[in-house]
Amino acid sequence: MPSDDVAHTIPAAQDSCRSCWLAAPGLLWMILFFLVPLLLVLAISFASRGTYGGIVWEFTWANYLDLLHPLYGKILAQSLWYATLTTAICFLLGFPLAYVIARSPARWQPVLLLLVMLPFWTNFLVRTYAWMILLRHDGLVNHLLLALGLITKPLELLYTPTAVVIGLAYGYLPFMVLPLYVAVERLDPVLVEAAWDLYASRWAVLTRVVVPLTMPGIVGGCILVFIPSIGSFITPDLLGGARSMMIGNLIQHEYLVVRDWPLGSAVSFVLMGIVMAAVVLYYRQASPGDGPLEGR
Amino acid sequence: MKPRSVGLHAVSLLAMLFLYGPIIVLVLYSFNAAHLSMTWRGATLKWYAALWHDEALLAATANSLFIALVSTIGATGLGGLLALGMEQMPHRRQQVLEGSLVLPLVIPEVMMGVALMLLFVTVHVPLGLTTVILGHIVFNIPLVTIMIRTRLRKLDPMLREAAADLGADSWQVFRYVTLPLLRPAIWGAVLVAFTVSLDDFLVTFFTAGPGATTLPLKVYSMIKSGVTPEINALSALLLVVSMMGVAAALSLQRREV
Repeated sequence: MPSDDVAHTIPAAQDSCRSCWLAAPGLLWMILFFLVPLLLVLAISFASRGTYGGIVWEFTWANYLDLLHPLYGKILAQSLWYATLTTAICFLLGFPLAYVIARSPARWQPVLLLLVMLPFWTNFLVRTYAWMILLRHDGLVNHLLLALGLITKPLELLYTPTAVVIGLAYGYLPFMVLPLYVAVERLDPVLVEAAWDLYASRWAVLTRVVVPLTMPGIVGGCILVFIPSIGSFITPDLLGGARSMMIGNLIQHEYLVVRDWPLGSAVSFVLMGIVMAAVVLYYRQASPGDGPLEGR
Repeated sequence: MKPRSVGLHAVSLLAMLFLYGPIIVLVLYSFNAAHLSMTWRGATLKWYAALWHDEALLAATANSLFIALVSTIGATGLGGLLALGMEQMPHRRQQVLEGSLVLPLVIPEVMMGVALMLLFVTVHVPLGLTTVILGHIVFNIPLVTIMIRTRLRKLDPMLREAAADLGADSWQVFRYVTLPLLRPAIWGAVLVAFTVSLDDFLVTFFTAGPGATTLPLKVYSMIKSGVTPEINALSALLLVVSMMGVAAALSLQRREV
């Protein structure tokens, strides 16, 4: 480790962990304002709700058992379904894009990747709003479809599950492209050439060579899209209707509208459980360093 | 090229269109003179001018800039020190910390907002500008730490060793070797933290009290009360600002040592 070498050559810095203390204020901040609040949510999820919306500190499983109610089950199931659909759409769009970028001239690759990432870094609220304009009753999509003669009267697109999935796919497509790009870039083109030379069909080249060899990237990309999709709030809130609620909306609803904090906390921890399972899967399957942070 | 190429390129083009189409439409229509229809009635700047006269909007902008500024300074300081401190720790502990720092970035933002709100309510801290700033520092520390650590790991250890061999003490090594080399990464982190803070909606939504309305909160309430051409203009402005911030940050990050 480089820093140890420095420490050895400088007598004053013999005590090599002297500067470890530099980490303390930042760590303390994260413990106070990240870890403690999460533990508080966990504690409240086992408490009960008072008559006027306050918290009564009595241990109970009731909040988690309440989640078994079909109403909550439906929201949970449709969240999983929307997130899965989103992941599939991102894969179908992202794989060809990642492939083309990875096989384009080397000097173009950083530029193209930047173009893919740039929208992700812009205001999510605003980008979601853009879809409201496009999908409205008299929005651009309906105008185009009418002009092309594909439909005779405007479709109801906004405030539907379709709009939610489109919005999610739009928001998280960049997460799919980055790990896939890394995987395709590592795939030796000679192997694909060899498959062609051996008269493999297109389908065989794809399913027997390209997909298996880029599997870590595929799994990584899918998980990276799934995680923010399942926990989203803005997209279903703006583009979805009352019937396309997702877990994030349920949490907000329980906290701010119903003011049932214990139940809201229990929903939060179910969501956290799903996300953590996906994170663990990600670290098991994909090699570290393929994460979205590398592109940040 | 292989026969599959045409199809691949077509889908890629479609994906790029999918990414940029909505943004381009939004910006174009922010100049549309027609009030709410999608038909083009000529270009105008009147929606932008209207923004300029909206007092509440200007106040929200001031709040956003203030929150972004203070939280960026806080997060860069705390996150930068965290990165430097971690560098000296045993390898195993570094890995554990690095893993834990990813957690705030992956847990659903709605949960982070709710958790912070619960904390402030439990300890009876009134929600306001301060609570928003505290929250923004939380999600920005991991970003800053990770960006600075990435650069720290790329630094040639020989440079620091050479300085030490020439008699520099550890402070001088830091001040005259490490810090100048880290400068692009630090500025990159500042720009990213500032942009993320400016754009944040969810943590702000749950931790803001009366008088702490930020630009995204204002945009949200405008959207909720009905689509207006002013929102298009405001949205276009926000898009341009964050794109510029990020483009600048990335170019700083990519600059060679």
